[in-house]
Order: sequence, then structure tokens, then C-alpha cells
Amino acid sequence: METPHDLRYAETHEWARQDGDLVRVGVTDFAQEQLGDIVFLDLPEVGRVVTRGEGFGIVESVKAVDDLHAPVGGEIAEVNGDLLDQPEVVNEDPYRRGWMVAIRPSDPEEIEALMDAPAYQKHCEEGGTA
Amino acid sequence: MNYLPHSESDWAAMLAALGIDSVGELFRDIPAQLRETAMPDLPGPMAEAELLRHLQDLAGRNSSLDELVCFAGGGVYDRFIPSIVLDVISRPEFKTGYTPYQPEASQGILQALFEYQSMVCELTGMPVANASLYDGASALGEAILVAAAERKRPRALVSRALSPNARRVARTYCDAMGIAIAEVPYVAETGQTDMDALRAAMGDDLCGVALQQPNYFGVLENMRLAAEAAHAAGALLVASVEPISLGLLEAPGRYGADIVVGEGQPLGLPPGYGGPLLGIFACRHEMMRRVPGRIVGETVDADGRRAYCLTLQAREQHVRRERATSNICTSESLCALAAAVYLAALGPEGLCEVAAQGVQQAHFLLERLSERGTAPRRFAGAFFNEFVVDVGQPADGVVCRLAEQGYLVGPALGREYPELEDCLLLVATEQRTRADIEGLVAAFET
Amino acid sequence: MPQPTLLELSRAGKRCTRAPAGDVSSRGVTELIPAEHLRADPPRLPEVSEPEIARHYALLARDTFNIEAGFYPLGSCTMKYNPKVNERIAAMPGWALLHPDTPPGQVQGALRLILELERLLAELGGMDAASLQPPAGASGEFCCVRMFRAYHESRGEARRTRVIVPDSAHGTNPASVSRCGYVATSIRSDGGRVDSAELRGALGDDVAGVMLTNPNTLGLFEIDILGIVETVHDAGALLYYDGANMNAIMGYARPGDMGFDAMHFNLHKTFATPHGGGGPGSGPVAVKEHLTPFLPVPRVVERGEGYDWDWSPPKSIGRVHSYFGSFLVAVRAYAYILAHGAEGLQRVSEAAVLNANYMAERLRAVYDLPHAGPFMHECVLSAQSIYRDTGVRALDIAKRLIDYGIHPPTVCFPLIVKEAMMIEPTETESKQTLDHFIEVMQTIAQEARSSPELLHEAPHETPVRRVDEAAAARHPKLTWNA
Repeated sequence: METPHDLRYAETHEWARQDGDLVRVGVTDFAQEQLGDIVFLDLPEVGRVVTRGEGFGIVESVKAVDDLHAPVGGEIAEVNGDLLDQPEVVNEDPYRRGWMVAIRPSDPEEIEALMDAPAYQKHCEEGGTA
Repeated sequence: MNYLPHSESDWAAMLAALGIDSVGELFRDIPAQLRETAMPDLPGPMAEAELLRHLQDLAGRNSSLDELVCFAGGGVYDRFIPSIVLDVISRPEFKTGYTPYQPEASQGILQALFEYQSMVCELTGMPVANASLYDGASALGEAILVAAAERKRPRALVSRALSPNARRVARTYCDAMGIAIAEVPYVAETGQTDMDALRAAMGDDLCGVALQQPNYFGVLENMRLAAEAAHAAGALLVASVEPISLGLLEAPGRYGADIVVGEGQPLGLPPGYGGPLLGIFACRHEMMRRVPGRIVGETVDADGRRAYCLTLQAREQHVRRERATSNICTSESLCALAAAVYLAALGPEGLCEVAAQGVQQAHFLLERLSERGTAPRRFAGAFFNEFVVDVGQPADGVVCRLAEQGYLVGPALGREYPELEDCLLLVATEQRTRADIEGLVAAFET
Repeated sequence: MPQPTLLELSRAGKRCTRAPAGDVSSRGVTELIPAEHLRADPPRLPEVSEPEIARHYALLARDTFNIEAGFYPLGSCTMKYNPKVNERIAAMPGWALLHPDTPPGQVQGALRLILELERLLAELGGMDAASLQPPAGASGEFCCVRMFRAYHESRGEARRTRVIVPDSAHGTNPASVSRCGYVATSIRSDGGRVDSAELRGALGDDVAGVMLTNPNTLGLFEIDILGIVETVHDAGALLYYDGANMNAIMGYARPGDMGFDAMHFNLHKTFATPHGGGGPGSGPVAVKEHLTPFLPVPRVVERGEGYDWDWSPPKSIGRVHSYFGSFLVAVRAYAYILAHGAEGLQRVSEAAVLNANYMAERLRAVYDLPHAGPFMHECVLSAQSIYRDTGVRALDIAKRLIDYGIHPPTVCFPLIVKEAMMIEPTETESKQTLDHFIEVMQTIAQEARSSPELLHEAPHETPVRRVDEAAAARHPKLTWNA
């Protein structure tokens, strides 16, 4: 299971990467493996404002459905439109091509409150339930 | 009679494998207090021959369409069922299979349901159809809930000229979800939905408008106008249709319907005292992921061969649980299969013939009644094969009297339309001959 | 081998059924129906002959697994033998050819059957009244929760908007709760059974009801059911019994005696009416006295010497079906009950429970048995150890069973057991069938160790190999024209 060290992680299995003044967000390798083949993503519109922990979308696999939770609060600045036609990219490359949204954070410090890679790995080993 | 395949020695061997003396020990978790009152007081057992005699005796106290010449409608119709339909659905492979969750083991029923969906789409002119809901009434309820979720608005308009049973079931579904249904009156003279009233009831809290075509009175509605009005208000048009009429009538997809529902019973199902029935549901692409019920999709297997499976299951209760689009699980697969075989057996020409004959027989019936003046038509609007007559007295009594003479008419409209207490429905299908019609006309006069 | 579709078989001009020539001297349709309503072209339905239709469906039937032809141990589905006599009865014109709007005086047999079946079901369930109107189990569930809501509202307790559902429940339970405008609260199980402390913690004066099935989806009887019922009633909430698992307890316990206020039955499970590949089913509800005013309308009543429909119950929750429910399904269930009588139904439960326990006992050496017995009519095995040792999952085992001509059990449910396989043999399977199944399961467990690839790529012997369900959901193709 891949857990890049330059990322931050939420208990609900989203990752966050500082990308300039945006925070890019997706789901982790652990998440995509648990979900199985991802078939559909319901992503928000650009401009929507979310708070930390709020559901911003839905990920569907063949046999499961899960909410996507914003790891930081702010405005949705970018949405990965490629995922609408190719949801399988999330399974193939969850941390790079599988990014879902980029948030302009309302509080730039919020990302620090997330887990680092070793903490997240431990969280997964313990079952991974939020 | 029972169906247990255990011999005494099998039973003993199994008990021995479990290290127990009697099967009762396996029920030891059940508190004694419950066990004391658990034996129900039931009739039986009956041997097979006894059972048949008893059920035949009870059946003999019913007047079926073998004894009654049927001119009754209102949702369930007397249509000819081709023998091939009865044969296919009596096959144990189709009859006794479970929902095809394991596609590799169930390609047959999956393909049959895929074909059903495809034919429903052809009839309705819509791109998406599901593999059945319970009946046309629940399909209407589900359709309004889909419209409410799609448009994120809490109010719907339903014509009073739409089936009362369907309106009631839709109301049960919608009230429970906080979706308000307002009824639109019909025009007393024509029997059509009052379009002025419809337009006046528009608003930006409206998610959907539902009309029936032909409507409950058999009258043809102006569906294009309804679609325009609905769309102008940002609402969806839900069209409730009778499937055989679609052999001749314009496909709802062509006049702007967003969701199409209907009662599929006329497509190869017996009247069955009202059940089981078949809920038809079809819609546009945009709503595909909100569709309730099972949907079969085409895909490939590991070797690239064409294969079918249940799909978009993320909508359904077994995945989404409390956030499912509907709670429906078991629906009406075998009934959908009957409908598919029926449509295959009739084909486009056969369906047109059957639909046309109904139209012709019904208009002829009206002509003969009009000549006699006994039961004038209540509404002036153009009709398909069903129409309302005024019998000049409470219609319930007339329905009973005619039934005693061997003619089933109705239903009487008074219970659901108090202003139409003297009225009843008449319908003619391809099953009715000239002799039947002359007989009914004469019976009205006695 | 994939079969061509009806569209692919279609050729212009082929015909099957023709209507007899009409005998009214008539004007044509274009004279009778205004042009703006008519289709420009006929619908594009397939054009095929009767022999081709017959063969088409014969070949499709061959590729459809069914209980007639093979073992079908799907947990909580009760795939038992469908008696032939019931089909013969349901086909009698005196049942099949009844129009629902026939005056009651001329369908006294039907009204009597409906009333009698309601009473038989109420008696079996330990309840006071029943309705056959819900056309499937999920509809029955909705009906019961909806009646709870009506009951609480009638007593000025509309604040009760939550329903508690165990995490082991069938998905229709929380879905039905949502459909009543309520919120479903999930409570965790403890060793498979309802955790009483969790339940007490979840109860409150905003709880309308608790949905339970007993035995639960793990096949375990809730030993403390009487205590649970008391706790729930003390909190002012009602109890609903999901009757999917009735096959386990007939003659041994009645939900009404346990204290449940309402329940539904699945006629297409316990009462052996055919599943039809996904319906028609029938989900009658039965309730205690205090809920009877809310039952769906209309109701059959005795009137004078006969029976009639009563349309007036003022507090009814309304209609959930166009007419009276799946009547022809009810006819079959009625016959089934009469064929068995009380002792016969008790024997059914005994045989179902014996079969399930025998199977669990023989398979525990090879698969994990997460919970201790005795089980009732079903048990849940787990392939977790096999998965850990070999990477083979319950799903792979399921697919490999198909190669042996056995339908897989329910996998991946209940959600609370990892790599779950829920197995309900039912009473109509012989010891010989069970022994064969056990042998096959043992063989597959060995295959998992020696050749896991065989299982990952199973099934091998079917007309199609493992189906790409992900592609079907990603790029939905739902008609032959898409």
C-alpha cells in the first residue's frame, strides 16, 4: 500500500497536497483498494464552499458507495473533469492523475492538522475506521 | 402434503453428526415461554387432491372472464395472451430462479430482461428503462420522487384525470417523503386536463407534472402543451401511458416526456384479480443514476465476449442502504419477461393491429350506444379505446346488474369522482367481437 | 456462448401472433384518432416467428440457474422447492382471469381467500390482523414503518423521527426507513446479536421504532428478545419484525408473542412461491390491535352471509398497490399453508434448521465460523483465514462454486463479517445434496491453497467467464440501441 510521505491524510482516507496556494485532494491507495473498481464520481462544481470534514462528493464502485470528505475547508477551485469519463484512473493512480478537487483553503494552517504518512499508515493498520 | 426429502435414517445421521438426540435441541436458544404458545391454529394438512378440490371449489365462487364478457378497464384490461407467452414464463428455469446477482450463472434471464428494457425504450421513445417496478401506480410515485430529487424542488402537479389508484399510491410515497402533490382539475366538457389550471399552478417550487395518456377517462390529452408548460417552469413531465396504445400513439419521448411510467399488465399478464402487475419506468439519460429498481447492462466477460449483468447497483438498497434511490428489491421480473415475449410475439405489426382493433371496437360500441341513447358519453374529447358513459342512476348498481347478466363494465366512477356518481368506464379491446358489443348494448336496455 | 438478441434475429416481415380480423364495419384509425396523437412510424420492435421465439427463450432458459435444477443456498432468500400444485391452482381461470373491478358479489371466493390468508398469516405471526396489499417485502417494510409513523402522530408524538436498525440488517430496512421520511440509526452487534447496551444508548424519546429480524442475518436467535422488546417499549418506541427469516421458527416462536407490534412476511421465501428471477413477490404485513386502524385500504370484511371490500377505514395509511397486492402469489401461499398445516410448517422449520446446523458443523473444519451455534435456518461462514493465507476471497469461492453446478451463497453480506458467505440450505434439500455441497466446498478450499489462480479466474465452465461489472457501471449500455 502506497503512502507518499509528502502528503497529508484524513481519517476518512482522503489525501491532501499543498500545490501552490491550493490544496489538491484525492482518495488514498487504501481507499481505492477497499472500494474496488471505481465506476462513478459525483464531484462538486467549481466555486462551492466546503468546511473541513464536510462531504463534497460521492465515489461509487460496483458494490459500494462512499462520501468524499474535504480534508480542509475552503472554495473548490478546480475539479478533475477527466474522472467523469475515466473513473478507473482513481484506482490506477490515486495520488497523481486521480486527484479529484483542488481547494483554495480558507485557513492555510488547516492542512497541518491532518495526519502525516506514518500516522496514517498506523491508522490503516488498525482498521482504518474513522 | 410436504416436500421434505429426508429419510428417517438421513435425519438420524444428521442428528448424530451434531451429537444431539432430537432436533428440538437446536431450538434451545428460544425461551420456553415463547415455545409454549408457538403452535399456530391452522387448517390442514391436505393431500394434493384435497387441496385441488378445495381451491377449485373456492374458484368456482368467482365469475372470471370466462363467464363475464369484459368491457371493464381502469388500469387492468382483457387482452389476448399468446400461448408462447404462457409457455415461456412457465419454464421452471425462468420461474424458479433468483435475482441474477451472479451474472455468469444467469445470462439467460439477464439477456431476457435487457431485451425487455430495449423494447420498452422503443415503445416509449426514451433511452433508459429499468427491469420493472411493482405496478404503474408505484412507478408514478417513484417517478415523482425522482423528479423531486433531480430538480431539488418539493411540489408536483398530478392531473385528476390520471388513474385514482395511481394517484393514491403516489400520494402514499410522496407524503412520506415530504413531497407535496397538488391535483389539477379536468375540463368537465372534454374530460381533458385543464391546461389553464395547469399553467396557473406553475411555480419555481415545482419539480414535476404528471399526466396520463390516454387518461383515466380514455380521453386523449395534449401532452405537448403539458410538456411545454412543465419545462417553462423548470419542471419535468411525467407521462403515465398504456403500453399497447403506444403501438399507434406518439412515443412520449417525442412529445417531451422526461419520465415515462405505465401499467404493463396488458402485455401478456392475466388480470389476476389485480396482481401481480408490472410497473414500467423509462427516462432520459440525465436521470439514469436516479432510476429505481434493477437495471441490466451489457458488458463483456474476461474473454471479451458479450455478457449482461445487473448494473448501476450503487443506487440500490443493498449497496446504498438508507441513501438508496428506492427501497425496492424484489420487483416483477417474470412479469417483465411475459411482456417481452408478448412484444416479440406481436411485433410492430401485431401491436398496431391489436391497438387499432381496440380503437375500432370501442368507437363502434359508442356508435351503437349512441344510436340507442341508453348510456350517453360523458366527455366530448377524442378518445382511444376507453370512454365514460352516464347511466342516469348510481353506476354501482348498473355494474352489478350487468355483471349478473354476464357483462362486466366499469369501474363505476362515483367512489373516486363523487361528481361522476352516475358514470362508469367502458373499454373494448381486440378480444371483443361484434356479437359481444351487440349483447352489451342490449343488456343496457333491460 | 452468447445468444443473439431478438433484434439480431429480427427480419422484416416475419410474424408471430396476428389478431383475428376485426368484425365491425369500421372506420380506420386515422379517421377515429386525431393525427397529432399518432406515431409517424410503428415502434421498432423485433420481427420474429414463433419457432424462433420459442428457441430463443429455450436457449436463454438453459443459461439461467434455477432452484429446480440446482442447489441455491442463498442466505436470507429461502430458495426452497416451488410446489407444482400451486402453479396448477394459480392457473385456474377462477383465479387468474378475475378482473379486480368485478362486483364483490361475484368474487366471493377471492374475497374469502384473501380474508382467510390474512387470518392464517396473523395466526402464524401471533398478530391480530393482516393485509396482503404490499407487493414485496420492501413494500411491507415501508408499510410497517409508515404505520408506526401514523400511530405516533395520532398520539401527538410526531417528534419521534428515528428508527434503529442493527448493522447486520438487510439493506431494505434502512432504505424503507428513509422512504418514510425517518432517519435510520445503526447499532453495532455484539458477538452477532443485538448489543443491549448499544440499544439502550440509542433509544430516546425521538425514536419511533426498532427494526429487527429474529433470527438475525447471522442465523442466530436473539436470546434476549423478550428483554429487548421490553426495553424498546419502555422507551415508547414500537418494534417491527422483518419476516424474511420466518422459515426458522414456525411452530417454535411467533413474533407477536415475542412482543413485536408489526411484521411483514415474504411469501416468495417462507411460503415457496416462485422467485421469478426477481419477482413477482408478495410482502403481506401483520400487526397488533393498536396498529390495525392504519393498515392499507381497502380491507376485506364479512358482511351478512358473505364478504365485501371496505373502503372507508379513516386512519389507513393509504394504498401501496394499484389493487389488492400480488393476488396470484397469495393464492399459491394459501395453498402451501393448507397443504402443510401447523405441524407440517413446524417440520419445515425443523428440517431447515437441521440442514443449516449440519452444514455448519461439517464445514467448520475448513472455513471460519465466526459465531458459535446453534444456528437457525442459516449460518455465516467466513473465508477470512483462506484470504489471509492465499489471497482467495469469498467472491472467488462463490464464482468457483458455479463451475460445480452450485449457485453461490450470499457473499459480502452481512457487512459485519469479513469475507462472509451466508448459507441457507432450506428444508427441501436432501442430506445427499448437502453432503455433495460440503465435499465441493472442501475441494474448493484445497484449490485455494494449491491453485489460487483457478479461483481468481473462476468460473471456467459457464457460457461466459467472469463478467466485467465495472465496465457495465462505468459506461452503461442499457438497451440494444445504446
